[in-house]
Amino acid sequence: MRSVASAPATAVNGAVTIDAVGKVYGETVVALEDCSLEIAAGEFLALVGPSGCGKSTLLNILAGFDHPTRGTVTLDGAPLASADRAAHPGPDRIVVFQEGALFPWKTVLDNVTYGLKVQRQTAPEEARARALDMLARCGGLDRVAHQFPGQISSGMQRRVELVRALINDPKMLLLDEPFRAMDTVSKGRMHQHLLDIHAQFPKTVFFITHDLEEAILLADTVAVMTTRPGRIRSRVAVDLPRPRHARMIASERFVALKEQLIAAVHEEALKAFERGERELA
Amino acid sequence: MAAKGRTQNAVARLFAHWRGAVAIVAFVLVWQILGTMSSTFGGKIPTPTQVTQTFFASFVDDPRYWRNWAASFERVLWGFGFAQLFGIPLGIALGLSRTTEEIVFPVFEVLRPIPPLAWVPVSILFWPTHEASIIFITFIGAFFVIVINVFDGIRHIPERYFWLATSLGATPWRIFLRIVLPAVIPSVAVGMTLGIAITWDVLVAAEMIAGDLGLGRLTWEGYVSNTPEIVIVGMISIGIAGYLSARIVDYIEARLMPWAQHDPKFRGRR
Repeated sequence: MRSVASAPATAVNGAVTIDAVGKVYGETVVALEDCSLEIAAGEFLALVGPSGCGKSTLLNILAGFDHPTRGTVTLDGAPLASADRAAHPGPDRIVVFQEGALFPWKTVLDNVTYGLKVQRQTAPEEARARALDMLARCGGLDRVAHQFPGQISSGMQRRVELVRALINDPKMLLLDEPFRAMDTVSKGRMHQHLLDIHAQFPKTVFFITHDLEEAILLADTVAVMTTRPGRIRSRVAVDLPRPRHARMIASERFVALKEQLIAAVHEEALKAFERGERELA
Repeated sequence: MAAKGRTQNAVARLFAHWRGAVAIVAFVLVWQILGTMSSTFGGKIPTPTQVTQTFFASFVDDPRYWRNWAASFERVLWGFGFAQLFGIPLGIALGLSRTTEEIVFPVFEVLRPIPPLAWVPVSILFWPTHEASIIFITFIGAFFVIVINVFDGIRHIPERYFWLATSLGATPWRIFLRIVLPAVIPSVAVGMTLGIAITWDVLVAAEMIAGDLGLGRLTWEGYVSNTPEIVIVGMISIGIAGYLSARIVDYIEARLMPWAQHDPKFRGRR
């Protein structure tokens, strides 16, 4: 596969400011505390950290599925969520879940056009044409357009989900460990695919993962979260050139970055372990 | 290549059927032997040959026998149909609304463990005709199963489907029509499969107690009139009728969710 390194077609936006966000469940469970993070427009940010540290909570707040109990979140300068006020979920921020969320009763094509259909901004014929075009551009998926999700591989399902998100021209993509359950070969393919997609559609990406190599290979910035209560412990700028390729994993710079991250994550994981915390994620 | 594959498939199918046929023949043989043996010590179980003779001599061309079929099927149709008609909406309401759940569920949970047949006396006292009371009892049999399955199905729709639909811009009403309803179809299907089996169970017993016609009644009359051949004819008829109903329900389910035919998650769940 070839990477598309042409100039971005649309204006890049999707700058996120997370400012001193806290999230307390009930009275006692502090999931996030004083969590602050800047994500630049078009930046690919990978968030790593021990299980149950609040990564998904943060993603849910960004998506509008949950609300912070403290702090504010802004998107391109406009307030998105603040204390006890959830953001409204919208087509500008689409999540791809680890378990996948294609609707099994809709064909691939109907899944992709669903957003355009319910937003009623696009004529059905145009929506179908655009969906087919976009499926074709994202790895020849138009050939499975009329199949049901249950008929295609999980790798293809994730690709279709990315298309379903991208067709809405979102400001950001929120990816919650989308490749966690995959075998190494499929995962490698998905990485290359996502890199190509990100080059072709330079959206802000918020990518949660446990896999440090994955984080370094894909991201511009890797943010490390502390064990609960979750806070951003450090940010590591990944200065590897783009287009990226799996071969870079062996490069000196990659290994150095990995060591740096391992040290940070390991310390947090150890803290969590010593506290005897149950795995939440 | 493809043709060869098809041939192999056909052979495999034939072989599968062939094994099934052998099993049926073996079953009939064992029955014949046991029936013959039982008559030596005064037992009254008719042999397959006697049953077949009786069936062809006095049932095949007897319209009264076929009226029994029609009567039973009609009751199943009404009882099962009403159970779906009321059970699916109630299951959805229970699943979607905590308030409905809090109001309805306690009553529901008290009534649910009562076996359908325990409703027979009340049913006969309440309904003006025996026909209505039998239909009511069959309805009860399928109703609770379908409600529980739909309720459970709604509760188990993955939350991310709702989240995603909302993100994509769907209104609550659209989510209900296009997410909740299709997502609950597999549970409706499970409820239907279980419901149709219970419907026949209950129907046969109810007909024995209160009916004037029907396959259950036929079987019971065979016993009362000391004609064991009729009992067996009745039993086999019920078996075939139940099997046919299950196939019809399977067909409806397949039509309701064409997408599930290819989906390993749903295929073979039943």
